[in-house]
Amino acid sequence: MPRGSGWSKRRIALALVGAAVVVWLLVKGSEDWQTFAVVTLNGLTLAALFFVVASGFTLIFGLMRVVNMAHGSLYLLGGYLALEMQDAWFKEETAGLNLSLSGTGGTEYDLISWVVPLLLATAIIGVIGVLMQQVFLRWNQGQDLRQALITIALSVIFADQMLAAFGGISKDIKTPSNWPESITLPGDVTFGFFRGVVVFGAAVLVGVGLWWLIARTRFGKIVRAGVDDRDMVSALGINVQLVFAAAFFLGAMLAGLGGVLGGTMISLAPGEDTSFLLNSLIVVIIGGMGSLGGAAIGALALGLVDAYADVYLVFGDTDLTNYSILVTFGLLVAVLAVRPLGLFGRPA
Amino acid sequence: MTSASPGRLSWPALAGVVVLAALAPLIFTDFFVSVILTKSLWLGVAAASLIFLSAYGGMVSLAQVGIYGVAGMAYANLVLADGGSAAEWAPWLATLAALLIATAVGLAFGAIAARSVGIYFLMITLAFSVLVYYFFSQVTQLSGFGGVNNVALPSLVGEPGQDPTRLYYTTLVVAILVFVGLRYVSRTAFGLALQGVRDEPARLRALGFDVTLHRILAFGLAAFVAAIAGVLSVWYNRRITPGSIELNQTIDVLIIAVVGGLYRLEGAWVGALTYALIDNYSREWTPTVGDILGPERFNTILGVVFLVIVLLSPGGLVGLWERGPEFFEKRRRGPPGAVATPSPAGAAGDGPN
Repeated sequence: MPRGSGWSKRRIALALVGAAVVVWLLVKGSEDWQTFAVVTLNGLTLAALFFVVASGFTLIFGLMRVVNMAHGSLYLLGGYLALEMQDAWFKEETAGLNLSLSGTGGTEYDLISWVVPLLLATAIIGVIGVLMQQVFLRWNQGQDLRQALITIALSVIFADQMLAAFGGISKDIKTPSNWPESITLPGDVTFGFFRGVVVFGAAVLVGVGLWWLIARTRFGKIVRAGVDDRDMVSALGINVQLVFAAAFFLGAMLAGLGGVLGGTMISLAPGEDTSFLLNSLIVVIIGGMGSLGGAAIGALALGLVDAYADVYLVFGDTDLTNYSILVTFGLLVAVLAVRPLGLFGRPA
Repeated sequence: MTSASPGRLSWPALAGVVVLAALAPLIFTDFFVSVILTKSLWLGVAAASLIFLSAYGGMVSLAQVGIYGVAGMAYANLVLADGGSAAEWAPWLATLAALLIATAVGLAFGAIAARSVGIYFLMITLAFSVLVYYFFSQVTQLSGFGGVNNVALPSLVGEPGQDPTRLYYTTLVVAILVFVGLRYVSRTAFGLALQGVRDEPARLRALGFDVTLHRILAFGLAAFVAAIAGVLSVWYNRRITPGSIELNQTIDVLIIAVVGGLYRLEGAWVGALTYALIDNYSREWTPTVGDILGPERFNTILGVVFLVIVLLSPGGLVGLWERGPEFFEKRRRGPPGAVATPSPAGAAGDGPN
């Protein structure tokens, strides 16, 4: 691997590209700063959702070296489960000619009808994750390729069964009816309440909660030690299998939580599982596998790049927003060119 | 792993299979020749590019369908067709251009991914493949709104809709050339060095080999083979849509390779034939069990077959076939599963990367 001069040249080139992008955004942003603010908020909330999902993915990988290719399936299943619960238990058609102004088709949802499905679906996905790990992955410990193939097989089965059970039409989970549609920020910027407050707040809570769990608790200590040297932790008399199961529960739960948030914020449809598997992959490839801080940085980068590229890829009369996926690809390439293991990645 | 597994080949057996394949159109119906055999042959070529990288380079790549999508889309856009840019090039010229473009894209992908190993490599190449899909589904100038249809074919393959035998023989010859070609490459100095890179990257580096360059070139060669499969798939389907290169197809090719066996090139076509047979006939005999199982649930059956193979035989069907006589020898070499993962020595050797 060439070190020294090759590296610095590469870094200089990337820094120049980065500077050009920032200048371009400033120019575009100064033209219409309100749009710029909304686009930035869009990027941030997208990043928040990516972080919730990818943090579970990276947690599982960091501790167990398991690449859970069924993570996207757990995300989608979490969303569908919450939707089913909401429909089955809380959807009370208010009979008669009740023309509701809230536009929810005459059905009123209260806070409970969103929170209960959220909690239950999240917990169920956690349990499914543990079952997956215990039945299929536990006895293959250390064979990372085989484990990846097993989770790919499971994701194929999940995707097909979800298509059979929930159909191919895009659906979404309803927010409580008494929540405001949008909020107005200083400077007359209006932004969706659910996106801006709930999803972003949830991501911050998840981030702080995980940090506390990893940095401040005994469980976190064991996890950190396990990331560094599993065998040694095991030799010290700690029940590593129990820790693995707990970590898988937590990681899968985060996918389920992300599914409920995403199912309310965006929508639930076949293909969302692929989309969120890809997002999680890109986030952790950028941030470095197994690093929570890396997941946060990666999610932020991916979310902002997605949001800006969807809007600002217009040069004069040529509209290149169709090609926005290439910018995401460029981001991935740029990071891998400088750091093959991601920004915070360490050799396994 | 030693050089034993991808090494031996029974030439008489291969000749027998080829003779049988050549006689197939006399024995089977047009439907079988087209839907099962031709499809298995080009899917096998796609899987062979994956198996080549895995068996000789130790790299399990999921980018092969992305590259084959690039080739297919390039071909479909360059010849006369409905949708896309419809540039009306001559089919052979378009084929050549498509192969070149896809190989170039493959080399670029390889240059980015080749510094990563094992599971990282798998993830990065998966991201590539899905990005190619999103690219073509976004850029409708290239993929049309309902895909690129009625693609013009070279006169050599005639009208596959009326007489599938010409396309069948073309695909058969290409598949044989790919198989023999890849085996030949594995015997050259480059191929031997590549196997050295697979097993002991650190030692090869110490001997003065450029490990990364070998990986990139192997990836480029595999990309060329994947591109051939991409062009053949367009000849076979006469159309290409973004939906035909999405994650499902990536996973299908992976399934074919794994079911056939990741360590032997022959496995590609064994897996592809198995896949095509399940694809076609599972719909007829599958019992309907509520929503869970039924003629529509082909992917569930495929997923279960894949799961069972991965759990029981990491060497795939070919591995299962070899298991009997080689059982004791394998015992000595370690559990069969150990072959699937990069050896700890290899991983450690790549640490300083």
